[in-house]
Amino acid sequence: MAQLEEISEISPMSVAEDMIGKHFYEVESDVRVDMNSVRSICAASENANPLFWNDKFAQEVVGACIAPPSSVAAWLRPHFWSPSPNADARALKLHFDLKEVFQVPEGIMVDNELTLYAPVKVGEQLRTYQVLRSVSEEKRVKLGIGRFWVIDVVIENESGERCAVDRYTGLGYRKDSDGE
Amino acid sequence: MVNNDILLGQVAVGDVLPKLDIDMTTSLIVMGALASRDWQPQHHDRSFAQERNGTKDIFVNTNHNASLIERYVTDWTGAKGRLGKIKFKMKSPVFPGEKLCISGQVSAVHQGEGGIGWADVSVTMSVDGQACTQGNVRVALPVEDDSNPWQIATEEWNPDFAPLGA
Repeated sequence: MAQLEEISEISPMSVAEDMIGKHFYEVESDVRVDMNSVRSICAASENANPLFWNDKFAQEVVGACIAPPSSVAAWLRPHFWSPSPNADARALKLHFDLKEVFQVPEGIMVDNELTLYAPVKVGEQLRTYQVLRSVSEEKRVKLGIGRFWVIDVVIENESGERCAVDRYTGLGYRKDSDGE
Repeated sequence: MVNNDILLGQVAVGDVLPKLDIDMTTSLIVMGALASRDWQPQHHDRSFAQERNGTKDIFVNTNHNASLIERYVTDWTGAKGRLGKIKFKMKSPVFPGEKLCISGQVSAVHQGEGGIGWADVSVTMSVDGQACTQGNVRVALPVEDDSNPWQIATEEWNPDFAPLGA
């Protein structure tokens, strides 16, 4: 394997290292945050927080009507169907790109941490991009042999304020039974 | 939800949050998935879930888990409680007909800036005594009655000051 990497002009690890820190898949959401959807989210968790049900109270406490912070990723998802074709709206596309770079057939998310910044306000249209933060050396894990990578999905509002960073640790791997 | 805001000084490491039971009906699970714009069929189509995922039924989606955790924590804090971080792992799916029991405990308390502080809460969601989702939440709390985490200046809002518990 080492020999193959040496004779190859660009090794998969070099490709991945070159991707680190760059912005990929900058997308503006095709939905706006709306109060009916906010209340549907709250209904599904029987969340009676008056911030999401009482506009006057929300204005007094926050200064705006807002969405539940944990729902931030929902506002980036495309419609179930739309007449405008979206070439590849797959969430976490960078994860699938890395599977291709390293030619590993399996991939899972092993960890996720959502950090919240500016509140998401009703009426806003969010945008997002993905950033590769790190890629590990190849490791043996319970599932086989693979690499861990950390991807940030950065979510901003129309003013460019950061609303959230959804950080995923992915594992791309080859099962022992897959062979070469 | 009664809107009694907890102040930072009323919180200590080891405090146990009131438990919350929720009957997870098919309607609630479908509602949770579709409201969060998650159209994956395993969250609303029983046949698909059984045939393609090999599960006994549809199951709660990731965002719905997060919403339930948020609701649980802010039921305790009151409306001024503002989430800074959420981290959780789904160990096993939650199906229709199951009673979800959510419990939590304060794992750390931190002083902040701008009249707020932070409580880290470990949260466990269980069915029949078996943990199905486990996680940690960092939530900002007011230090005094007239302080408000929602009104803090952007430069003082720093949920990244320390790693959130594993």
